[in-house]
Amino acid sequence: MSVLRSRVLRTQGLSVRVEVRAVLVVLLLVAVALAVSVVLVGTGDYPLSPAEVVRTLTGGGTAAQEFVVNELRLPRVLVALLVGAALALSGAVFQSVSRNPLGSPDVLGLGQGSTVGALLVIVLLKGDPAAVAAGALAGGLLTGAAIYLLAWQKGVHGHRFVLVGIATSAILVSVIGYLLTKADLTDAARATLWMVGSLNGRDWSQVWPLLCVCAVLVPVLLGQARGLRMLEMGEDAAHALGVRVGRTRLTALTCAVLLAAGATAAAGPIAFVALSAPQIARRLTRSPGPCLVAAACTGATLLVTADWAAQRLFGADRLPVGVLTGMLGGCYLLWLLYAERKGGRV
Amino acid sequence: MSRLKADSVTLAYDRRVIAEDLSVEIPDNSFTVIVGPNACGKSTLLRALSRMLKPEAGSVLLDGQAIGSYPAKKVARMLGLLPQSSVAPDGITVADLVARGRYPHQGLLRQWSPEDEQVVRESMESTGVAALADRYVDELSGGQRQRVWIAMALAQRTPLLLLDEPTTYLDIQHQIEVLDLCAELHEEQGRTLVAVLHDLNHAARYATHLIAMRDGKVVAEGAPAEVVTSELVERVFGLRCEIIDDPQTGTPLVVPAARKVRASAGAAAGAAAVAAAG
Repeated sequence: MSVLRSRVLRTQGLSVRVEVRAVLVVLLLVAVALAVSVVLVGTGDYPLSPAEVVRTLTGGGTAAQEFVVNELRLPRVLVALLVGAALALSGAVFQSVSRNPLGSPDVLGLGQGSTVGALLVIVLLKGDPAAVAAGALAGGLLTGAAIYLLAWQKGVHGHRFVLVGIATSAILVSVIGYLLTKADLTDAARATLWMVGSLNGRDWSQVWPLLCVCAVLVPVLLGQARGLRMLEMGEDAAHALGVRVGRTRLTALTCAVLLAAGATAAAGPIAFVALSAPQIARRLTRSPGPCLVAAACTGATLLVTADWAAQRLFGADRLPVGVLTGMLGGCYLLWLLYAERKGGRV
Repeated sequence: MSRLKADSVTLAYDRRVIAEDLSVEIPDNSFTVIVGPNACGKSTLLRALSRMLKPEAGSVLLDGQAIGSYPAKKVARMLGLLPQSSVAPDGITVADLVARGRYPHQGLLRQWSPEDEQVVRESMESTGVAALADRYVDELSGGQRQRVWIAMALAQRTPLLLLDEPTTYLDIQHQIEVLDLCAELHEEQGRTLVAVLHDLNHAARYATHLIAMRDGKVVAEGAPAEVVTSELVERVFGLRCEIIDDPQTGTPLVVPAARKVRASAGAAAGAAAVAAAG
């Protein structure tokens, strides 16, 4: 028996620590996410049963089914899964680095930065959706860089990071307000819709770039996970244990900013996933420190579930998913906190 | 011989210089204690020795080579540090926290060897926290928690261990407990210990080598029995005192002069100054 709570898998000098509970939670979340995804693909004006969806996905559907599933609905679901996972990962990193559950990208102004970028393109340049996405990406990246430079002079961090983020966010919100007053009615409507965050009309041209971004960044980020865990004990303790503090933090934050900006460019600033998913994951796994894989799975599950619920309750494409993530994630987090308090675990 | 030394280092935060041209050698197998008044640069020196702070000039040498030139994990296998402020992650158990001390010995695919297991057990036993292994760190008392952090630093298995004010915020019995533990680690396991301490009497009792600092300079160093004199205490801390033998250990014991004695001495000095000026 090991002294650790986690199991150790060992073979020929190699060993991996596995937290049983975390693995079970991840498997469960993946199962739920897949199940909801199948149901979601079948939901809409042309309903399909889960069996039909699975048959179509494996290549056994009619031409009409193939078109509806593969061209219309599958890309949307994939965007939902990827955006959910990317936002959650980004949130997990930001919360870990700032050591503050409020230190998520949407609170720190990254979402607002992306929004300013997108609105500039919509209002001033009248750009097409691809240009809007590019604007959102650029806005998010620039905001991320600005916050880092302002907050991280000579290793000052923690509260300062959150405060700088909140200040940045306040400035950006005013810019958004200004841009909206400058816009004519059509542009303003388009901008407002973008700002809520929506998965409507997402197709393969959103899936591929997002998939590439995730394929590169997620492994890099997972490589930093152990260092991030050490960093939560404080910079000095991590340093003493041989963690390259500056490099670990910069790499993780860069990945987090890219993921958040990429996700926002694809689906708009979807509320609350980045803030709630890592917290929910942490409580489900009861693991000390950020559990990145579980957070990503929680985010993906949360977003597809929210999208399904939005379509189910309000009809196809009526309610943007961003409205519901706030409701769902918020209520669930409140419930968790309430349950924990009752259980005496704060 | 000394594996760890600071060679005429200039230490500064931003542009505020704390110490200039400071040289210190840590004797091997010693229990070295650094003392001095607040803001004398003792913690800054410890930060530099543990490569937390990069000197503006000069260098900190570990085995004759600049400490910054080693890979981070390699240093962490030779030199451990117990920082002043560490945060235990929420909901972590004692054993899991102590196990984090094994980080420098691990890799992505070598996360937990039988040796790790054994070292963690031994570290918990030698610090007396083995019975608490499955408890949550947040539930422990201050003294227990400090012993867990020391256990974590021990699990690093470094021949050199640096401790930044390990007794601060602890009750007197826990202070003594922690210092006893340090003495044990030094005597029984032959590790070189460097600690910053506030209490001069603790320093005199436990240290084998004492470094007294003031204003970023080393004022005196050597065995406590030779170093701790009333002149030195007055010079370093600006306190008049009497030194007697500790009835328990025979080491120097600092007894501050009574308030009235100090007041009259101050008045006499003032009068002398006035007379000299006149």
